[in-house]
Amino acid sequence: MPAAAADLGYRRRKLVDRLARGFCIGATALAVLPLFLVLYYVAEKGLAGVSWDFFTKMPMPVGETGGGMKHALMGTLIVVAVASAIGIPVGILAGIYLGEFGQGGKFGQVVRFSADVMAGIPSITVGLFVYAVVVLTMGSFSALAGGIALAILMIPTVMRTTEEMLKLVPAHLREAALALGAPKRRAIWRVAVRTAAPGIATGVVLAIARISGETAPLLFTALGKDYFSTDLGKPIATLPVQIYNYAISPYDDWHQQAWTAALVLVFMVLVFNLAARALVASRGAKR
Amino acid sequence: MSEAVITIARAQAAKASSVDEARKTGATPAADPMKDDATAVEADDEPGDATEAAPRASKMEAVGLSAFYGKHEAVKKIDMPIVDKQVTAIIGPSGCGKSTYLRCFNRMHEVIPGTRVNGKVLLDGDDIYGADIDPVLVRRHVGMVFQKPNPFPTMSIRDNVLAGLKLNRVKMKDAAERAESALRQAALWDEVKDSLHRAGTSLSGGQQQRLCIARTLALEPEVILMDEPCSALDPVATARVEELIHELSDRYTIVIVTHNMQQAARVSHYTAFFYMGDLVEYNDTDTLFTAPAHRRTEDYITGRFG
Repeated sequence: MPAAAADLGYRRRKLVDRLARGFCIGATALAVLPLFLVLYYVAEKGLAGVSWDFFTKMPMPVGETGGGMKHALMGTLIVVAVASAIGIPVGILAGIYLGEFGQGGKFGQVVRFSADVMAGIPSITVGLFVYAVVVLTMGSFSALAGGIALAILMIPTVMRTTEEMLKLVPAHLREAALALGAPKRRAIWRVAVRTAAPGIATGVVLAIARISGETAPLLFTALGKDYFSTDLGKPIATLPVQIYNYAISPYDDWHQQAWTAALVLVFMVLVFNLAARALVASRGAKR
Repeated sequence: MSEAVITIARAQAAKASSVDEARKTGATPAADPMKDDATAVEADDEPGDATEAAPRASKMEAVGLSAFYGKHEAVKKIDMPIVDKQVTAIIGPSGCGKSTYLRCFNRMHEVIPGTRVNGKVLLDGDDIYGADIDPVLVRRHVGMVFQKPNPFPTMSIRDNVLAGLKLNRVKMKDAAERAESALRQAALWDEVKDSLHRAGTSLSGGQQQRLCIARTLALEPEVILMDEPCSALDPVATARVEELIHELSDRYTIVIVTHNMQQAARVSHYTAFFYMGDLVEYNDTDTLFTAPAHRRTEDYITGRFG
């Protein structure tokens, strides 16, 4: 083998390697760049409005500076709580069914496919559906309707992560529990679900993070409100809708408030994601 | 019963000969350990010492037992008693149905979807496949240790030992004593007594397997099934588990599946040789390894196949 030819081939390969790696790094940078730009932009515009008042006061009338978004913060917490109260149990129980009972069956396949389709449905469609079914029936926009809309968005994610996490639990652990004379329900609940718990919790937190920023499904369900309210049967203000309303308004003060609200919302989602990461880490903590 | 068992032994031998067409020796059916209640089985604790003649009761017994995966018959109409407070080893090449057979003894075979069992398994004379028998209750009497050590990763060492009791909602005032007793029986206490709160998965493989044995012992079963319990362990850990099996055979009836013939020879009083779902030969361990009645058995134990 001529040494020079081999050398040439090697140098060529090294060059190609470097080029390919460069492209990959470039694409990766391009992919995460928007995230940092968004964070930077929101922080730059929003930080100016962050004050204690923002969290504790109601909005001021147009023309007066100051004021806050207490009602929208409370509203978001309430709507997300309602969504969680419905979505988490339904999602987890359905996930347990899929993971532990519905593996081979037709019904399981149909549910799994529906969940995947549902996860991809535009959220505004869910809002329209809840408007038609809940709002028109109840005769009023309400916090409850908003919560139901968000729960519908949440369930597929929670259900599928629960199923996937249960599938990761080795079959021999279930067998060990059964061989100890555990009834199936307890083998599933105390061993399989318990082992999958950190993963399931991560899925739940990510689902909450996802829905807490949803705007479209709230537009014609929770609607929005200019006053403080905790009444589930009445319309309620939420951060995303408030941002939307303020951002399209013609007033500079409101624009400032919208930026600040956006910063708070991004921060909330960030906290949720960090919590999810902490949960994943706790998975191996008991070693 | 002796009549029936002799017939069974003949039937087994006949079947074995159909499996092994090359076999021309026409050997008489192996002396069945249960051949005669009065004479066949030695009472001595030394495996294979057949000089003493005293009755040995059968703790469990397979009667016409078949196990299926879908349409595939993995275990074919086995008749075989398991002698009380003795170690019975089941050997045979991979895929011969020995693990499947073992799993029929605590109704774990049916846990796998698409499986089915025909025939009977008697525990103290009662069929555990009877119509009104709850498989969950069977498993509390017939414990199982698996091939791979499988302590529950979310539980501490202590909770692992007590897991069977907790999963059965047994009210315990003496949990600490029970845990200690089970760990002592499993010869693990001295190694873990200062770290009972640590995760069960933090132990070494051999310790984990002894933890799994302790977990089974805590339920005070009558029979312990072991499915290749040492195949994932190193030689030192294997020796410890074998020693443990020997100690436990004073109080428990043990059935062990192993692909390791030396292990069967070391730990068991009786050995059954399975081939392609058939019970080819079943005898006291010494006889089976020194004077096998069937060519197929001899070929296997001398390493000519498998």
